[in-house]
Amino acid sequence: MPETVLADTTPPDAAPAAVKQPSLIGGRIPLARLRDLALVPAIVVIAVVGQIVNPVFLQADNLVNVLQTMSEIALLVLAQTMVLIVKKMDLSLESTMGLAPGVAAWLVVPTGAGHGLGLLPGAWSVPATLAVGVLIGVVNALLIIRFGLNGFIVTLGMLIVLRGILTGISGGQTFFQLPESMLYLGTAQWFGMPASIWVCLVLFAVAIVVLGWTSFGRSLYAIGGNVDAAKAAGIRTDRVLWIVIVAGSLLAALAGLLLSGRLASVASAQGNGYIFTVFAAAVIGGISLNGGKGTMFGAFTGILLLFMIQNVLTLAGVPAQWIGALNGLIILVALIISRVTGGKVQE
Amino acid sequence: MDDAERAVSPAPGPVDSGRAPAGPPVVEAMGIVKRFGPTVALNGARIIIRPGETHALVGRNGAGKSTLVSVLTGLQAPDEGTVTFGGEPAPRLSDRDAWRRRVACVYQKSTIIPTLTVAENLFLNRHDHGRNRLISWQGVRRRAQELLTTWSVDVDPQTPASDLSVEQRQFVEIARALSFGARFIILDEPTAQLDGAAIQRLFDRIRDLQRQGVTFLFISHHLQEIYEICDMVTVFRDARHIVTAPVAELPRTELVAAMTGEAAAAGRENRASTLDPGATAALSVRGLSAGTYGDVTFQVGAGEIVGLAGAAGSGRTEVAETVVGLRAGATGEVEIAGNRPRPGSVPAALAAGAGFVPQDRHHQGFVPDMSIADNSTLSVPKRLGSNGFLSRGRRDGLAREMIERLAIKTPGPELPVSALSGGNQQKVVMARALADDPKLLVLINPTAGVDVRSKEFLLGKVEETADAGTGVLIASDELDDLRMCDRVLVMFQGRVTNEIARGWHDHDLVAAMEGVDLDA
Repeated sequence: MPETVLADTTPPDAAPAAVKQPSLIGGRIPLARLRDLALVPAIVVIAVVGQIVNPVFLQADNLVNVLQTMSEIALLVLAQTMVLIVKKMDLSLESTMGLAPGVAAWLVVPTGAGHGLGLLPGAWSVPATLAVGVLIGVVNALLIIRFGLNGFIVTLGMLIVLRGILTGISGGQTFFQLPESMLYLGTAQWFGMPASIWVCLVLFAVAIVVLGWTSFGRSLYAIGGNVDAAKAAGIRTDRVLWIVIVAGSLLAALAGLLLSGRLASVASAQGNGYIFTVFAAAVIGGISLNGGKGTMFGAFTGILLLFMIQNVLTLAGVPAQWIGALNGLIILVALIISRVTGGKVQE
Repeated sequence: MDDAERAVSPAPGPVDSGRAPAGPPVVEAMGIVKRFGPTVALNGARIIIRPGETHALVGRNGAGKSTLVSVLTGLQAPDEGTVTFGGEPAPRLSDRDAWRRRVACVYQKSTIIPTLTVAENLFLNRHDHGRNRLISWQGVRRRAQELLTTWSVDVDPQTPASDLSVEQRQFVEIARALSFGARFIILDEPTAQLDGAAIQRLFDRIRDLQRQGVTFLFISHHLQEIYEICDMVTVFRDARHIVTAPVAELPRTELVAAMTGEAAAAGRENRASTLDPGATAALSVRGLSAGTYGDVTFQVGAGEIVGLAGAAGSGRTEVAETVVGLRAGATGEVEIAGNRPRPGSVPAALAAGAGFVPQDRHHQGFVPDMSIADNSTLSVPKRLGSNGFLSRGRRDGLAREMIERLAIKTPGPELPVSALSGGNQQKVVMARALADDPKLLVLINPTAGVDVRSKEFLLGKVEETADAGTGVLIASDELDDLRMCDRVLVMFQGRVTNEIARGWHDHDLVAAMEGVDLDA
C-alpha cells in the first residue's frame, strides 16, 4: 500500500462507518477518547478549589513550583507506565533513583568530604549516573526475561538490595559538594522555566507519540494484552521487554539526577517510598495493573492531579504532620473519582 | 443431504486457476514424528490436503491433532518428516511472514488482543505509516474497513476487540488470516463455543470462502458438522494416521470405529425410566422469572432425567444457573429435594442437595493449577475433616475413589487439572458435582468440547446417578446429551414452549428449539 496516499486523506468510508455506528452502542469512539481525559475535569475542579483556598495557587510561580516538584517522580511514573503496559512491574525504580546518582557522587566527590572516593573527574558524573541506571535495568531484564523469574519479586529484591548498596557506599550519610555537571539539570532555567520541567514535559510528549503512533509503542500494548497473540503477529516480544525494562531504569536514573541536582545532594534515603505514589498515579491515570491498557497522557494527568491536591493542602495550611495521612487518603479518593468518571472496574 | 452438500461445495474459485484436483496439494505432511520427552505426540502421521477442499481432521483428545496443527502452522518443528506447501518445502520456523502467507489457524484460544480495537488487531505490527514515519490511524482504519468489507465481516473496525462475540472474533481472525495472503485456513474446533444459529452462519461463511478458492482444515468433535461441511476426512488415533477418505464414503459408524479403534454402539438403547414417583421431587420450580426468561414451572422427580433444551439465548442456561444459585434476582420458587435454599446462593443450593456442572469448565468449573484431588473435593470440605482442618489422606482417598469411579486418566490425584485433556477435565468437574451424593444433579452443556468416548462415559455416569435415585436436569442444545432424558422441556425466547417425551426424532426437537412448528 502506498503510504503517502493514505497518510492525510480523510477516510472515504467515514459515511458507511457512521451509519453502522449506532448499532454498536452509539458514539463509542468519543467515549474511548473521553476516558483518556477522565481526570481533566478533576484537575479543573482542584484548580478552582485551590484558587478559592488561596489566590496564590494559580500564580505562575506556584504552578512552576508544582511542576518542578513533580517532575522527578513524573519520570518514574512514565517509566512505570511503560512497564505496566507490558504487564510487568518494576518496584526497584525508586531505589534506582537514589542509587544511580549516589554511585556517581561516590565516585566523583573528593575524599575528605563525606564518603566520596574522588576517583573520577566531575564531568563523568552524568554518564556514570545513566550507566548505573542502564546496568540495573539490564540485571532486572536478565532475571525477569532471560531467567523467567517473577518480575514483582525480582524487583522487590532489587529494591532492597539497591537501597542497601546506597546506604553502604554512603555510610548512611548524604553526599554533598556535587560537581557542577550533576547540578545543571536540576537547577538550570530554560526559556524561563526550570530545565527539569522541560525534560519532564518533553519526555512525556515523546512517550505519548511513541506509544500512540509507532509500531514499537503499539507492540507494548499487544504484549500486555496477550503476549501469545503478539508473538504470533511477529513481534519480537523479548526484545521489546528488554528495551522497556532498561529504558525504565534509565529514566529512573535521570529522575535521580534531576532530584539530586535540585537538592544539590544525594541523601542515602533518596527516592524512599516514591514507588507507592508512582503506582497510585499510574492507576488513577487509567493504567491497568493487568497490562495492555491506559495511555501516557492519562498517567501524566494522574501524577499532576496528585501533586495539585498536595499543593492545595499545603496552601490551605494543613499541618505537616498530617500531610502523610492525607496523601494516602488523596490516593484513595482519587481512585474512587477515577472509578466513577472512568466507569470501569479497576483491575 | 450430505451428498447434496458435497456436490455444491467444490465449485472452482475465480481466483486460483490451478485449482484442478490434479494440482499439487496445498499441504502435504509425510511421516511426521514429534516427541515431547517420553510421549510421542505424532508417530509417522501424514495428511494431504488438496486445493479447494474442506478437510476434516478428527480424533479423540490426545490423538495428536493439536500437535499436527502446530507443525502445520510452523509453531513447532517435527522431529522427523517433511511438510510441503503447494509442492515447495516449508519455510524456516523463524520466517513467520512466510508461514503466514501459506497457512493460518483460528485457534480455540483467541489470538486477538482484547484491549486493542479490531482495526489494530488486524494490522498489528504492520500498521500504516504516514509520511513522518508515525502510524497513520486513518490508514489503518480504512484498510481494516476495506478488509472487513471484502470478506463481508460485519464488524466496526473501531470496536474494542473485547466487545466482540465469539463468532465475530472468529470472523475477524479469518479475515486477518486472509489478509496475509493465506488461502489455507485451519479451524481448530471453531464451533465449540457457538450456538446452532451461529454455527450455521459460520458454515455459510466457510462455503462462501470455499467458492472463492480457500482451503480449510476443519477440526471438530461434532461428527454431524463434518458430514455437513467437509469433503474429506482424516482420522488420527494414538498419534497415528488411521484413514483418509471422502466423507460421503465413510458412514458414521465406520468413522467412529476409526476414531475409537472399536465398533461403537450404534445407538444408545432406550433406558427404562427410573423415576420414583413416591419420593420427594428432586427439584420443583414454580413461576420462576427473571430478565431473560419468565414463568418457568417444572418438576424433576427423584431418579428422573429431564432435559432443558433451547437455542442459545432461549434462557435454558439462565434457568439452570438460577436453580443452583449462580444467578440471583429471580422471582418464583426453587425447591431442591424439599428444601428451599436461599436464592442466589451457591452454598445454600449445594447444602440443599444439589450438585452441578457449570457451563464453561474453564471459567467456572475448576482451578487449573490445583490438583485433581483439591478440585474434586472443593465443594465438600466438611467430609475431609473436622474443625476446619483438612485431612490430606482423606482427601486423596476420596479423590482416588472418584478417579476410579469416573475413569479419569491420570497418574495420581496430585496432578494439576490443567495437565489433563478436555474430556478428563470435564470428568473432574463431574466428580465434584457427584462428590456429595447429590439429590439433584444439574448439568449445563456437560459434553461441550469433549471427545466421543468421554462423552459416552459421562452420559453413562449420569444415567447411573439417576438409577441411584438422583434427579437430573440437563440444560443443553446438544441432541446427544438430551437423548437419554425421560422428557425434554424446550425453551424458546424465555418460555417453556414444549414438553417432549422420550422417543423424539431429531428434527422434532430441533424444530421446537428453533421455534418452528412442523405441523403447521
